Amino acid sequence: MDNIQKLIKTFTESLEIEPEIVTDELSYGSSSWDSIAHLALVASIEIEFDIMLSSDEVIDMSSFKKAKEILGKRGIQF
Amino acid sequence: MESNFNLNGKIALVTGSAGGIGWATAKTLARYGASVILNDIKSKELLEERKQEIKRDFNSEADALQFDVGDFDAVQNAYNDIFKKYKRLDILVNNAGSLFDNLVGMIRKQDIEQTFSTNTNGVIYNLQSAARLMQRNKSGSIINIASIVGRVGNEGQVVYGGSKAAVIGITLSAARELAPKNIRVNAIAPGFINTDLIKFLSPTIFNQRLNSVKMKRIGQPEDVANAVLFLASDLSSYITGQILGVDGGMIM
Repeated sequence: MDNIQKLIKTFTESLEIEPEIVTDELSYGSSSWDSIAHLALVASIEIEFDIMLSSDEVIDMSSFKKAKEILGKRGIQF
Repeated sequence: MESNFNLNGKIALVTGSAGGIGWATAKTLARYGASVILNDIKSKELLEERKQEIKRDFNSEADALQFDVGDFDAVQNAYNDIFKKYKRLDILVNNAGSLFDNLVGMIRKQDIEQTFSTNTNGVIYNLQSAARLMQRNKSGSIINIASIVGRVGNEGQVVYGGSKAAVIGITLSAARELAPKNIRVNAIAPGFINTDLIKFLSPTIFNQRLNSVKMKRIGQPEDVANAVLFLASDLSSYITGQILGVDGGMIM
């Protein structure tokens, strides 16, 4: 499984949504992505990619696109 | 029979553990099998000595991280180090504290800021990072060291009492928020305990405080450490959001 597939999987499982909804347009506040789901999503991403995000990164991760950017800065290529 | 206090395999961070209650707590947790991460703002050499002492006396894993609990970035860096090395945290003891006494009218802005930075902000910074590590394993115990002054107040301790009352409020809210993740958050409110923080008291004040203890003895750091052990262990697995007084029946 490549990194983009891994990331999509964390989103679908954490937010309990279908993979086709996971696009760059998917953002915090839409679908089931509320504050509680956000922390579950962050934990899931951290486990999947074996990293620990900073508080600023957790707060800034407001869309699927932004998640890719933040992980990209951590050396995870998409 | 296996001890219910068994902490084998658990990773514990104790802030402010170079001396006093923190040091007694670190030794107690190590005695019962935890791998202890020591922290203090004091010298690296002292922390290193403490670390070696734990390893030698308890044949236990130990680590030392020097950082200021009131420094947001330093706390995040420390938890990154913990994540890289251990991938988990099971027990956090928010013990680091700063004592400031002065009467109303003689309190400077910087005294308020410094006391709250360590006693209150530091608790939130550590709790937040610890909870994120703990929720990966859906388990954890956070023990905040508050104070009897935060519950009932004391003359000359508006700043210190305020900072410790805040710790109680933090504990109660965090306990509610983190209970669904099986992370327990409790506080201990020590009374008159024999640490460096009291050695500057005048004999008159010392005796006044001692006389207010119904058990007629000063508490030892180990008395607090034993309460921490209980709250860290599985014996308290259904206990969260509680403020446990360790004060010998003290009335301020």
